[in-house]
This record gives sequence, structure tokens and C-alpha cells, in this order.
Amino acid sequence: MTDFLVFCEVADGRVKGSARELLGKAKDLCDGGNVVAVLIGNDIGELGGGLGAHGADTVIKVDHAACSSYVPAAFAAALSQVVQDQSPDVVLGSASMVDKDLFPRAAALVDAGVGADVVDLFEGDAGIEGVRPLFAGKCLAGVAVSSDPKFFTVRGNSFVIGDVEAGAGDIKGFDADLHDDFGYEIIDVERGAADKVELTEATAIISGGRSLKSAENFALFEEAAGLMGAAVGASRAAVDAGYAPHGMQVGQTGKTVNPSLYIACGISGAIQHLAGMRTSKVIVAINKDADAPIFQHSTYGIVGDLFEVVPVLTEELRSILSD
Amino acid sequence: MKIGVFLKQVPDTETKIRITGDGGGIETGDIKWIVNPYDEYAVEAGLRLKEAAGGEVVVVSLGAARTLDAARTALAMGADRAVILDDAGFQGGDALATARALAKVAEKEEFDVVFAGRQAIDSDDSQVPQIVAGLLAWPHATWITSFEHDGDSATIKRAIGGGAVEVAKVRLPAVFTCNKGLNEPRYASLPGIMKAKSKPVARYTPADLDLDGQAGADGAAVRLFNYHMPPPRPAGRILEGETADQVKELVRLLREEAKVL
Repeated sequence: MTDFLVFCEVADGRVKGSARELLGKAKDLCDGGNVVAVLIGNDIGELGGGLGAHGADTVIKVDHAACSSYVPAAFAAALSQVVQDQSPDVVLGSASMVDKDLFPRAAALVDAGVGADVVDLFEGDAGIEGVRPLFAGKCLAGVAVSSDPKFFTVRGNSFVIGDVEAGAGDIKGFDADLHDDFGYEIIDVERGAADKVELTEATAIISGGRSLKSAENFALFEEAAGLMGAAVGASRAAVDAGYAPHGMQVGQTGKTVNPSLYIACGISGAIQHLAGMRTSKVIVAINKDADAPIFQHSTYGIVGDLFEVVPVLTEELRSILSD
Repeated sequence: MKIGVFLKQVPDTETKIRITGDGGGIETGDIKWIVNPYDEYAVEAGLRLKEAAGGEVVVVSLGAARTLDAARTALAMGADRAVILDDAGFQGGDALATARALAKVAEKEEFDVVFAGRQAIDSDDSQVPQIVAGLLAWPHATWITSFEHDGDSATIKRAIGGGAVEVAKVRLPAVFTCNKGLNEPRYASLPGIMKAKSKPVARYTPADLDLDGQAGADGAAVRLFNYHMPPPRPAGRILEGETADQVKELVRLLREEAKVL
């Protein structure tokens, strides 16, 4: 019997999709124990009602002015207080930017360790254990956490969650004891022209390399990406050439992604790029060069000019997906 | 200002990873060791802050004895002193044990600000700096791409996903982790390399930091085991025919075989 506390990140006024995967996995592993969801934010009165259906027995909400945006020290204080109140065996979060920032600090406040960025969770010899990539994904290792509780951040899209036994989803408020001032004041949030699908959370990605030849040419991917609900990424070479901002870079010095579908267009497949996307379930390579290393790592490949192939692909997606 | 920079020595990015016979780690014999690339941005950030506000830059590195070479690179870039934690008692730790030691050094040295890299490229853990900040009850900001000092605080920018950038004012002392785009790290000059050889290097033991029994493997909550290679991807399929046929087949496979569309 294992009791889980699942941190369900709130962003843009809603609970993020990762909650479903984490709660489902917790339900899968709890063996009769409790699955408790925790939400932290401000003015979140409307949120959390759907989490029972995903497996939560209880939904704890910290609704506090100091938590209207992610402020590390405020969230860490709140989460660690909930952990002390609930005494779970395992605390789960996703490997999102917020959770990876938050969990080490929150865990340290309760003398606990974090198995970070795991791609698998299972019942091991000494309780719940994980498996994580190391050295930019060149190898894997088992992760055992000996503290009580054990914290884990889980890379998105690691599990396929089927039907889950619903929990009661009882909502409870938690009165966190937080300062007024954590020494962190958000002055502004600069948003780009359009809200983009976040690469690290995308289930489909289409990426371009330096062969795109210009920033404008990245528009080639727009319609296909839209049809697939995909995010658009770029290789380091494309970013260094100024064709895409660093925020779009997939790879060792960019973002690590874990989509179900990764389409690499005009990307040769250098080790540093693979480091960022090698765990993708299905990899499609489109490249003029039949000898490009990317073809050794892809599920399906088309040897061809992306400027010819991508428009044809877009048309095919349009006709198939718009039916 | 007392500026601390956390620095880790890691295997070069081209390293071919070979797992030891017992699966407990990787073979280190042939490895070329480098300064963690993200830590170079941290060293540079420290040097620029010193140039703007005065003070000294102290590099702190926990690792094997060879980590001194990595620290010397930072000294050659312009850092003033190094603190090396290479005692056997610090080895085999996890993020929590390492952070405890670094936090003690930060307190001892009375740092006004700490810069670190966003993650070490061997562990890809991205934990130690946040833990240090938590233990010291300092604010922290990760993956910063802009830093401007202003008296008792600093204004930073960091990407928060989906193309959005957060601008925040952070009160010092604080811990900042540095991302690509923050700056262009300078190269060590020849005079810099020569001077580095005689810059002060101090060492502390776990006992010096009141961490007897809590450092290294003794203080670790996370243990890695069963190192193994990822399962090889089955050979892929290159599609045949004219572009239109290849694309039709691709979309069909993605829907019916791979079931990802």
C-alpha cells in the first residue's frame, strides 16, 4: 500500500494535462493506498473538480495571493507544508519547467530526495523506484530514493493511461503559512506573437534544421503543425543561424522533448540533437541526404527535399485529418 | 560583492558512454573532462558582475581531485579564488548531499550572490542550486537569460515555456542558474592561464563544514543503480516511390501502424 501526493500544476487558469497521466500512474501503483492531488495557485476556486475522475481520492487546494504566479520559495513552502500535513509515501510531479524547479527545493525543506526526470516508475525492492536517462540520454539507470517521502518528477508522455478507477475527488482547502514577501517580484511576462504549444509538453513536434535557410521558411511547418496539434522545434544549427529563437531549440543545449511523434526535417541527426529527442516514440526523418545519421534513429524515413515533401505532407494531412 | 560560482567537471559531450561490468556506473578511464558548459555562463556572469560592481569571484567545485583543473579554467578566465571539495567524504553523494556542502561554503564565504549552470550535462539533474537556495532560505531563479544588478536586487529574465519570457526582480542574496543566451563566456588569455596557477585554492573537509556523516554517500537520499543502455531502436523503414506516394504511405503508417496521428 503506497500513499501518493500528486502535484497538479496550474497554469493559465487551468490544471495542466500532466495531472491525468500522473494521477493515473499513482492509481496504478498505489495498491490500495491514497491518491491525493494538490493544487497551488491564487483564485483557483473553480479548479480541481475533474480530478476525481482521473483517480484522486482527495484534492487539496492551496489558494493564496503569494501563489498567483510561480514563485519558487512560495510554492516550495506551500508544497512542503502540504507534504508534512499529508505524510505521503511518494510525491509525484511532472518534469515540466515549474516542477523541475520546485521539487528539489520543496523536498530539501523536508529532508527528502528527488528522483528527477524519470521515464518509468515501478514497485521495486524498497518501494517505488524509477528509471531515468543520464548523459543526455546515452544511458539509463535505476533510481532509488531512501528518504521518506520519496519525490519523483516524471517526464511527460512516459505512460499510456487507460481507464482509471475514479476516486471521490473530495476537495479540501489548505491554509498555507506563507510570508507576504519572498524576495521575488514578477514585473512582466513577455509573450511572443502567438501562444505556442510548449515543446517539452508537446505530444507531436515538427522540427527544422539549417536547410530551412531562413526564419520565414519556418512558416512552411505552420499548417501541418496546426493540423497535428504539434509544436514547432529547431536544431541548434538553425538557431545559431538566426532562423529560430533559442526557445525552439531541441537538443543538448536546448530542450529535451518526449513526444509520441517527432518529424525531423532537414536535420542531420547529430548526437547533440538526438540527445534532446531520442526517446520520442515515433521518429520521422525527411532529409535530402540518404546518409544522414538521422535515418539510423528514425522509425520512418523519406529521402527527399523538405521543400517538396512538407507541402505534400501538409496537403495529405489536410485531406485526412479534416474529414 | 562576494560572488560565488558553482562549477562541476563533467565528461566531454562527445564521450562514448561505457557501462562498468557491475552496472554501477560508467568507465572513466578514457574520458576527456571539461567544465560543465552551462557553468561557463555562470563564471562569465560572475566576472561581469565583478566588473560592474567590484568585489571578488570565488569558484566552488565539489568532485574528484581532478576537479581542480576545471576550477583553474575559471581562475584563468578571471575568477579570484577557488574552494575545492575533493575530500573522500564528499564523494558518492546525490544532489541533496552536494547541495548541503555547497550551502555551508556559501554561508562560510558570505556570498552576496551565487551563479550556477542550469544543469550538469552528465547527471542532467538540475537540482543542486535550487536545494542550496532552499537550505539558505534565499530566493532563486533558474535558466536565466538576462541579469542586471541593481543594488540589493537583480532583474532577470527567464523563459517560462510556450515562448513566454518572465521578467522578475529578485532580492539578494539569491541563487541564479544560467542558460545559454545569458552571455558569451570569455576565453582564458595566456596571461590569465599563467596567473591562475598561483591564485589561492582552499579545501574544506566534511568536518570543517559540520557535515560529518551527512556528506557524500552518507548524506545521499537518491541512489543510481543498474546502469544500462537504452534498448536499440528497431531498424527504421525508408519509404519508396514518388514523393506523393511516400507521403501517403507515411501518413497511413502513422495512423494505422504507429497510431500516433
